[in-house]
This record gives sequence, structure tokens and C-alpha cells, in this order.
Amino acid sequence: MRKYNYSLIAGLIITAFMLAVTITAHFWTPYSVTAMSSMSKNLPPSAAHLMGTDNFGRDVLSRVMSGCGTTFFIGMCTVVIGAVFGTIVGAVTGYFGGILDAVIMRINDVLLSFPSVLLALIFISFLGTGKYKIIIALGVMFIPSFARIVRSEVIRIKSQDYVKSARVMGAGSLRIIFVHIIPNIRVSMLTAAAVGFNNAVLAEASMSYLGLGVVPPEPSLGLMLSEAQQYIFVAPWYALFPGIVIALIILGFGLISEGLRGLAQK
Amino acid sequence: MKYLIKKFIALIITLLVISMLTFIAFSLIPGDAVLSRLGINATPEAIANMRAQMGLDDPVIIRYFRWLAGALHGDFGQSMRYSTMTVSQLISSRLPVTIIMAVMSLIIIALISLPLGMLSARVSGKWLDGLISQVTQVIMSIPSFFLGILLTVVFGLIFKVFDVGGYVSPDKDFWGCVHFLILPATAVALPRIAMVVKYLRNSVVTEMKKDYVRTAVSKGAGKRWVLYRHVLRNALIPVITFVAMVVAEILAGSLVIEQVFNIPGMGRLLVSSISTRDYPVVQAAVLYITAIVVIINFIVDALYQVADPRIRNA
Repeated sequence: MRKYNYSLIAGLIITAFMLAVTITAHFWTPYSVTAMSSMSKNLPPSAAHLMGTDNFGRDVLSRVMSGCGTTFFIGMCTVVIGAVFGTIVGAVTGYFGGILDAVIMRINDVLLSFPSVLLALIFISFLGTGKYKIIIALGVMFIPSFARIVRSEVIRIKSQDYVKSARVMGAGSLRIIFVHIIPNIRVSMLTAAAVGFNNAVLAEASMSYLGLGVVPPEPSLGLMLSEAQQYIFVAPWYALFPGIVIALIILGFGLISEGLRGLAQK
Repeated sequence: MKYLIKKFIALIITLLVISMLTFIAFSLIPGDAVLSRLGINATPEAIANMRAQMGLDDPVIIRYFRWLAGALHGDFGQSMRYSTMTVSQLISSRLPVTIIMAVMSLIIIALISLPLGMLSARVSGKWLDGLISQVTQVIMSIPSFFLGILLTVVFGLIFKVFDVGGYVSPDKDFWGCVHFLILPATAVALPRIAMVVKYLRNSVVTEMKKDYVRTAVSKGAGKRWVLYRHVLRNALIPVITFVAMVVAEILAGSLVIEQVFNIPGMGRLLVSSISTRDYPVVQAAVLYITAIVVIINFIVDALYQVADPRIRNA
């Protein structure tokens, strides 16, 4: 009997839905994201405004939809930076070993033992706030965790027979790393990417919430939560929906990484 | 012992490197401590005087060692924003709150996640295990500051058992302070409880498949006896390292949660100093938080050895 990988399926469905919402928001939102209206302040959810309106009369659904875009964009860019550099560092240190490996892994251990939000905050205090600065700060932050995973996988694989035979056939080190080893560790890399994406989403939301992340005209779910908190007793829906959406995005990717891990164990 | 000494030296080096890097990095940032104190209308002579007085004319490395010498005596200089307070005074008024909260969430995590993780492992494969793992997956996905907001709404608005935004300093009324910190500590603890439950469950389940468990069972030991006498001790070993990570996460989580509940702790201090560019405070706060994280890692390493003698001999 075939057992379905429910985590993976559920995760993919949630993520596909959130992505669809994000892409839609790029072309169409029910109301303008920034248009304010004093007539419709703090309206509860209704047919006209599915998620209600905020203190400036802006439609919460539209704002949440476009906020997803920022969240996905920052998450993706962060993962790409972390994955590309982390893979290079991890593959090279794992494959060649030696003193370089020892030094880089020591640095990695130090960086990994810190909470990523704290490190990102330190970075932000040099760089200043803003969308692209957050991406740089978080991207750099996630290099070590990728590097560590790739490194341990490369070490595991490099002594296998097919790698040895590739070397006997005269393949160069770089070719072995990128053509023979990397494709075989793609599942663990995907898992690491999903986990990294989640950490990035969480970190971005926290930092924007603190006012040290995305800068106001840009929509951000974390920023909305910090605005919403001032009106929590008048308009609780304004806090509820952005929070639920962040949780859904994270849940989707969490389930995906859970499912991928299940695949790898089989 | 040799292992611990080596780890201890690594700890000192880590702290030195981090402090040096932050110091150099902060001294490279444009923006001038002198100008911010004297205002933009200051005469060039006044600026030069102030500069010499504050020792800003020396090279970075010399300034670093001067700062380090001060730091070792607990003197981190003056705050730029609160001109009447030294950095040490600021930090010593904020640090206890954060530590109390972190300890509270650690206690909450231990009290809830240990029994729940063991329960989940004991019924592994049954519906209760499935339910627990689904719920933990969902709870793990909720950012702790959003949980904090939800908790204030539920307990402050609906049940009215919690005074939102209220606070008493621990010096005046320790238990009153603990009372106010319960909700924030819970908000920080919940996602970590989910993580620890999952981790402990998997660790126990893996351990249950090992030979010594089969031997113990075949010799007639009861399932509970085997679980608590044999398996738990082995399964806790990887969990100990995990706890070090959790502590770092609690500290990071409290940076944000203090903002949610308006608690004047280290997190609020760090965030407000970053946004007002009060670098002496940022530097000291970073060093303090780093030191706590590194020292806890060290303690965990030591505990790890006590729990697993194989590491000592390796």
C-alpha cells in the first residue's frame, strides 16, 4: 500500500495558495493599498471589506495581499544569497578539508550559536533600515547554516564509489563537486532552503515589527502588526489577519520541509 | 578537564573577537559622537577640544583596548542619549528583567515539553501522537510576538485577568513583576515548547529501537521502567544541546516580546538604542547578550560531558 506524504502535499497546497495570492496582488487588489478614507475607519470584516479596515480606512485584505509580496520577495532573496554562498563555502570546505575547513567551521559555529535576529539587528545598525538592507543582513546571516549542511553532506558523499570512479576517470575537483555531488544532495538542500525561508520570514516580520526592517510606504506584515497593536482594542481584526497570514506562510514551508525530510528517510 | 579548558579558552577568544569586531564596525559608521553632543553650531575649537577630551583622535585599536580595559572594570562609558546615565547603569537596570523572563520561559518550557514529549513518544504512531505533532507544527509557525498580541487580547480584553501594559520593577515587588512577566514568558515559550516536544519525541522513538531496549524488555522489565530508567537518560543527551539553542532563541524572542508588552528589558534598550544610534549602549548590550549566549553554550558543553562520558574520552 502506498502511503501518501501528507505533510508535503498539505505544505505545497498552502504555499501554492499563498503564492497565488501574492502574484494576484501584483496585478490586482480589491482596493488601493494606500488609499485612505476617513469615512471607513476601523470597520469590522464585512462583504465589502473581507478583513475589515484599519485606522486610516485602508482595506486590510489589500494590504495583507501586497504585504505577502514583500515577505516572499525578502524570503526568496535571502534564501538565494544564503544558498549560493553557503553551498560554495560548504562544498569547498567539505571537499578539500584541511586548515581552511577548520577555521571556517569554527567561525560558523560561533555565528550559529547566536540568535539570527540579534545578528541581523547588529547588521541593521550599520546598514540602516530598508528592504534591500534587510535582505543583505539576513542573507549573510543564513550562509553559515547552509554551509554546515552542505559540508556534512559533501563529506558523506565524497568517499562513495561513484565519486571515486569519477576521479579515476580524470574529472576535476570542481566538476566532481558541482556535477556529481551537488545534484545528489538536492533533497537536503531543499529542506535547508525551506527552513531558511521560514527563518527569514520570521526575522523580517520581527524586525519590521520593531521598526528596524521594511520602511513604511512599503507594505509589510510585521509593520502592519506593530501599527495594529495600537488599535488592538478598537480593531482587533487588523492585527489578527496579518498575523494569521505570516503563520500560514511559515506553516506551509514548515510542512514542506517536514515532508522532504520524510522523503529523504525512505 | 582538558576538554573544558580548551572550551573555556575558545569562549574567551569568541568574546574578544566579537567585541573587537563590533567595536571596529561601530567606529566606522558615519555620524559623530562629538557633533551629536555639541550640536551642529559648535565652533571648530570646541569640537577639537571635545574630541581630544573623549580620546577620539587615537587610532581605532588603541581606543578598542581602552574601551576593553574599561569594560573589564564594568565601565562602558556614557550613553549618548541619556547624558546623565552611564551605560553600565542603564544595563544593570534592564538586565534583571530580561533574565527573570528568560528563566521563567525556560521553566515553562521544561515543565510542559518534557511530559508532552514523553507522552507523544509513548503513544507513537497512534492518533494522539499524530494530533500532538500536528498541533506542535502549527504552534511552531506562529511568530512569538503575534502570540503575545493574541495573549493580550485573550487574557486582557476577554477574560480581563491581565493588566495590559502594566509593569512593576523587580526591585520593588519581585512577585508582582513575575506576575506581569507570565504572559510574555509564555508567548516566548510556546513555539519553543513545540520544538522541544518534537525533538524529544523523535529522540525517544529512535532510542526505543535500539538493542539495549530489546534486551531490557526481553529480560522482563516493564515498558514504563525501560522508558524512564533507560531510554529517557539516553534520549535527553541530544536534547541538552538543543536546549542551548533554545536559550539563544529565548533571548532573541525576548528582544521582540518586550516591545509587545512594553517591558523595560535589554531588548527594548537594544532596539531603542539602535534606532537612536546610541552606539556605546548598543555595543555594551551586544556584548552582554553575546556573553550570556556563549557562557550558556559552555555550561551545556560541560553538562553534555557529564551526561555522556563517551565525549570526554573522544
